[in-house]
Parts: sequence; C-alpha cells; structure tokens
Amino acid sequence: MTTAHAWLTTETPHSRTQARLGRIYIGWLTFARNRLAMMGLGIVLLLVLMAALAPVIAPYDPYTQDLANRLMPPSAAHWLGTDAFGRDILSRILYGSRLTLMIVALVAVTAPVAGLLIGTVAGYLGGWVDTVLMRVTDVFLAFPKLILALAFVSALGPGIENAIIAIAITSWPPYARIARAETITIRNSDFISAVRLQGASRVRIILGHVVPLCTSSLIVRVTLDMAGIILTAAGLGFLGLGAQPPAPEWGAMIATGRQYVLEQWWVATMPGIAIFVVSLGFNLLGDGLRDVLDPKAS
Amino acid sequence: MSDTPLLEVENLRISFPTRTGVTQAVRGVSFSVGREKLGIVGESGSGKSMTGRAVLRLVPPPGIVTADRLSFQGEDLLGMGEKRLRDIRGRRISMVMQDPKFSLNPVMTVGRQIAEAYRVHSDAGKAEAKRRALEMLEAVRIRDPERVYGLYPHEVSGGMGQRIMIAMMLIPNPDLLIADEPTSALDVTVQMQVLAIMDELCSSRGMGMIFISHDLNLVASFCDRILIMYAGRVVETCRASELHNARHPYTRGLLDSLPRLDDTRAELPVLNRDPAWLEDGA
Amino acid sequence: MITVDDLRVTFGHGADAVAAVQGVSFDVKPGESFGLVGESGSGKSTVLRALVGLNHDWTGSVTIDGKAQAPRRDKAFFKTCQMVFQDPYGSLHPRHTIDRILAEPIAIHRLGDADARIDRVLRDVGLGPQFRFRYPHQLSGGQRQRVAIARALVLEPRVLLLDEPTSALDVSVQAEILNLLKRLRAEHALTYVLVSHNLAVVAAMCDRLAVMNRGRVVEEMDVAALRRGEAREGYTRQLLRASLGYDRAAADSFRDFA
Repeated sequence: MTTAHAWLTTETPHSRTQARLGRIYIGWLTFARNRLAMMGLGIVLLLVLMAALAPVIAPYDPYTQDLANRLMPPSAAHWLGTDAFGRDILSRILYGSRLTLMIVALVAVTAPVAGLLIGTVAGYLGGWVDTVLMRVTDVFLAFPKLILALAFVSALGPGIENAIIAIAITSWPPYARIARAETITIRNSDFISAVRLQGASRVRIILGHVVPLCTSSLIVRVTLDMAGIILTAAGLGFLGLGAQPPAPEWGAMIATGRQYVLEQWWVATMPGIAIFVVSLGFNLLGDGLRDVLDPKAS
Repeated sequence: MSDTPLLEVENLRISFPTRTGVTQAVRGVSFSVGREKLGIVGESGSGKSMTGRAVLRLVPPPGIVTADRLSFQGEDLLGMGEKRLRDIRGRRISMVMQDPKFSLNPVMTVGRQIAEAYRVHSDAGKAEAKRRALEMLEAVRIRDPERVYGLYPHEVSGGMGQRIMIAMMLIPNPDLLIADEPTSALDVTVQMQVLAIMDELCSSRGMGMIFISHDLNLVASFCDRILIMYAGRVVETCRASELHNARHPYTRGLLDSLPRLDDTRAELPVLNRDPAWLEDGA
Repeated sequence: MITVDDLRVTFGHGADAVAAVQGVSFDVKPGESFGLVGESGSGKSTVLRALVGLNHDWTGSVTIDGKAQAPRRDKAFFKTCQMVFQDPYGSLHPRHTIDRILAEPIAIHRLGDADARIDRVLRDVGLGPQFRFRYPHQLSGGQRQRVAIARALVLEPRVLLLDEPTSALDVSVQAEILNLLKRLRAEHALTYVLVSHNLAVVAAMCDRLAVMNRGRVVEEMDVAALRRGEAREGYTRQLLRASLGYDRAAADSFRDFA
C-alpha cells in the first residue's frame, strides 16, 4: 500500500503510464475526501450493480402477471408491494435500472460528444463557421427541452430508443455553448500559439489540445445533467411516449400507478423514490467531480 | 525621519496549512518603519508580499498570522477589532497593489472613486470631496484632471491607472503607505515618473513607506533602507546606499546575477542556493 | 538570414484601426543576435508575431532564410524558425506532460526516433530525464522556460525568436536562462531575434539592436555603442537613463516621444 502510494505520488515518474496513473490517483484522493461525493459514487455504483445483477437478485420475473395478488401492499413476500397486474414492484425497479442506465449511458456518449465537437470547432475557427453553428445551437436552445423531445418522439414513433435519440438531440446545445466559451478563452493562449508554430493542423489542435481542456468541465456538467436526463426519460415514459408497456421503465411505472395513488400509494411512490435516489446520486457525484476536475479551482 | 517608529514588527510568522503539512510563508521577521522609505526586496516566494499584507491583516485565509509585536504607532494591529482596523486601513495606512486594473471598480468613474475614498474617512460633502479629488489628481501630475475625473478605469492607460490608485490611496493623508510592486507592470520611464510622484508626496507629507519589490536596483536607488528577504526570513538589512557592500551571499549572488549595461561578462554568475540560508542566525 | 522591409501591421478596421507597426525595416545576419527594444505599445512583439506567422494581417516584405514569406506559413517553415514566449506559465499545455509537449512537434513533422530526440533536447536545456514525465505545474518558472526552449529546439531550427524570455522570471533564474540561451546559440549556430524592454538583458545577449517607439524603429545601433551610452536619439537616451535606476531629477525631465 505505502509503496504503491509512493509510486503513484512520486515527483519523478518514469513512464507515461506512471504519470497518468499518478494524476488519476491524486484526483481520487481529492475526490475521496468529499463524503457526499463518495455517497453519490456509491449510489451510482449501486445502480450499475443492480442493473448487472438484476436477474440474480430480483425475487420475481418482472413481466409475470399474477392477478390474484394485484395491488398488494409491501409485505415479506413482496417487499415493495405489487402493481395493478400483480407484478412484483421490487423486481420491476431492479430490471428498470437497466433501462435507466441504458438511457443515461447512451445520452452521455452522444450529446456531450456532439456538443463538444460543435462547440470547439465553432470556438476555434470563429468567423462564419462559428456564426452558422451557434445560430443552429440557438434554435435548439430556444425550444423547451421536453416539448422538443415530445415533438421528436411523436415524429419518430414512441419507444425507448426514440426517446433516447430525442433526449440526445435536445441536450447537446448547452454543451456546445460551454465548449465554445472555453475554447474562446484558450484559443489565443500561448500554448495554442506554440503548437500552431510547430505546424500542427487545425484538426490536431482542436482534438489534441483544445478538447482535453474542455472535457473536464463537460464531464461535471453531464454528471449534473444526468438527473435531468433521467427525469426527462421518466417524463416521456410517464406521457406514454418513452418505454412502452410492459417494459419496467420507472417513469412509465409511475404513470400506471397514478390512478391508484390515493389508495395504493406504493405503486407510484416506489419507482418515484428510485428516480429520486439515482438523480441525487448523480448530482452528488457531479459536485465531487467538479472539485477534482475544475481547472479553475486548482 | 523621526525617532519614534510608525510601525513595529517583531517575530512575524505567517503559515498556510496545506494537504501535505504546514507551509511557512514568513518565518520570524522583525523590522520597524519610521518616516522613511523602507524597501523589502526578495524573489517570488520570499514572503515579501505576505509581510506587507500582514500589516493590514490582509493575509488570505487559511493563512495564520502570529507576531510577538505588530503595532502601528503603539497600537496593536493583530488584536484590534474589525471596526478600529477599518478605521486605520485607508486612513492611516494605505496600500497600493501591482495592477490597478484589479483594484479599481470598473463601473465607477475614477474621479468618483477617489472622492469616495476621501468621504469614507472624513465628513466632507460631495463638492468638497470632488475638489479634493481634483487636487489630488493634479498632485499625481495628471495633466487634465477634469477630464480624467470622468473616465472609467478601462479608459486609462496602465501608468495613469497607477497614478489614480496612488491618488486614491493618498487622499485620506495616511501616515504609512505600503506599496507592493506598485510600478512593475509599467514601462521604465513611466515607472520613474510614478516613483517620483510617490517620492515627492512622501517627503512633503512626512509619510512612511514600505516599498515591496523584486527589483534590487530600483529599491537601492529609491529607498532609504532595505530588507532583503529569502524564504520567509530577512537575511540582510542595510542602508540603500550601502547595498553594493552587502555581505550576505544571497544578496551578493542576486547582485552579481543581474545583467548590467556596461557588462562584458561572457557568462552571468548563477546563484547557488545554500541550504544554510534557511537557518536562523545566518 | 532575416530581412524585413517596410513591415506594417494594423489591428482593427475603419475608425477603430490602430497602426501597431508603421514601416519597420531591418536585417539580421546568419548567426547574429538581434535585439528589438521598446516599451509596451511600441510594436516590438507585434513585429515578432508577424515574423513567425502568428499574425497574418501585415504588408511589406519578410524574407527568412532566403525565402520570401507569405502571411500564412507552410509546415516546413516551422523547421527553420521557432519562438519562445514570455510567460512560461501560459505557454505549456497544462494537461500535457513534458514528454507529450516535446513529442508533439516530432509527431507533426514525422521525424521519428522520438525517445532519443526528447532525451537529447532535455539534456541540451539542462533538464535531466527525470523531468520527462512530469506535468508543467510540477515545475518552477525557470524549469518551465527551459521546457519551452526545448520545445522550440526539437525541430532543430536555425532561427529562434525570443519574446521577453526572462521577464516573468526571478533575477537569479533570469541569469540561468540567459546563460543557457547564449550557450545554445553558440552550440547550434542559431540566429536570435530577442524582444525585450530591458536594455541590460539586450546588452548581455545581442550583437545589434533596434530601438522601437510607437510602431517605428527610432534607431539602430550595435551593443558596443549601447554599452558606451552613445545613443543618437533623445528617446533612446531617455530609455537608457531610466534603466539606470531611480533618479528624481531625471524622472522629472522625462517627456513623451511621439
């Protein structure tokens, strides 16, 4: 342990890997001191575990209907109760975490990447490229996110994949804005001039030198936005435009539980709590990551 | 120059707790300032700026300041309440920083800022304050004070900005001026002109000055007395005119490493830092 | 090596246009070290940025190494001419290791043999291999400036443009960097153009110099004349006087030179 610590924190690394690992390790130490962030990380890891182990840990099949046991309150047999078709809510939440994670992962690898590229290209090249790209961004920003997503889903047809596409399409513009603003502040810095003087192409400068400096603030922003993305997905599910029944998507589960909310409160409340906890987890994680990654703070 | 010192500092220590332990920025500095120009010279990290800030209790948190004695005209600065301190700050002791751009309010005309500085520390009316501000602008040799009075900070040049700062700091007629690298962002000729203004105001008002700088030659030619700081300690004190006879190897090394106009040395001697300089009693 | 003729640079357009450089001409011989001296706003750095191709909006003619230069430079040009910036804290990419910073030009020009080149150039600037995998924030200002010099030398240029290379450093470190630059010039037969506001630094580093004020060259002289204080122009004499240290009477006599 102590030797690994010394190897990682040495002032004189002997290889690229050691330098990189050391940097990650220092970041981890900073992050680990923040208890709330660690809690957020714990929740997110739990979500991943739940999704991975759902078939193993779920006590029932999430799709099997048991009309004799419909709308049962939480009990020893059904810890979180059953829904209108007698399906076990705990099992449905566990399987639902797979859908949530899929939405989060797919949006996270599409929207920020698109935003980052558009933003850095606009910011670095400037001129008419900047004008065109940013006006397009403005058009997207002018619509309320959920309404635009609704429009896309109605055009593409309801379904979880289309919901993800709609969310991705509506959530890249803020990332493009952030990336552009950061790019403009670093575009004229000496280290960018220096690499221009080495004959580097624009593609090389943008990908190798500008993008790495914009990513950390984007990662923080994306993590903080995850809660919103989950909520949008849940909202689409709630409106019947996201995941289709009988898929155990949390938002759709709330939607179906709505009609029983006064008498059988647990049907809508349990997935609601799941959404709340996971959103909170991502927010806490994002705050912690900001402390580690934000270059302005260090 | 008078016999009773304005400011007395004894065994001043400033430390900053960090993740890896406590960093000592200033380690037991003692000096006193009378109605004279005292220069504090050192390289970056020597603790010279922190020493200047500590006098007005402007060391940023989490810095910890301790001293056996830190008194201004016999009054203890470290123990005094915030209210009394605010009274002393600006009115009795003023501070001029390196970059006027950061010290001036960008949305207020410079004239109003100077007038405000005067009104805060006196019960003068608006008209009186404006008259005094215009006088002050003239005193720092701004040619067209009426016009400059109405300018915003971004509309003035670096040299003029620094003169305005000086005007603002001197209008309450303080007894002691702390100037932290006040001219190092300026061109040499402008620098000399600004120094001349400070020099004149200092001698005509009988004010004391602490002049903090990294520039040995400048301090030697401008100040009366010099403290040379290294790694948080004063390694040498001498009269400015005697600097070329400095004895401490650090001071000697610094002097030697400066290129000179009449220089024909093929190579500049490089300062070899001796760990012994970090110890007490060096 | 370098010929500049009637170089003019204007920033902005129409009524806001500022003529930063107004017809500057000078010659630098191969292997010579040439100083450009002036105060802020004199246009000395702007001249340098036009020479190296960072500024495209200029007129006049610039010839480097026998080739007339267009405002935009091709990749090959940068193997002839490199630049060192003033602020070592701003000129190194904060997220790249020294290794990555030095490997970049080798990769761009497909020189190959990166490991040996990086080791050699690090040793050349007096940094050992133990610095290779550190990040810039782990280095002092002087060490960073050495890395910046190493980066300029990786491509083995013949001309090095130096923009106030020591003004952000402590005096003791300044001496080290000036010595290093002198040694490198001798060892690699480099041609220098050094921009500085500090006459003493120029006297230590250069053979000849041009004094600039408000976008124009006021006078050209050799360093021997500078050392003897033989300036023809009033502006240069004032600059010389100011660089000797504070003198109240002298300061009172200073005036603006348009």
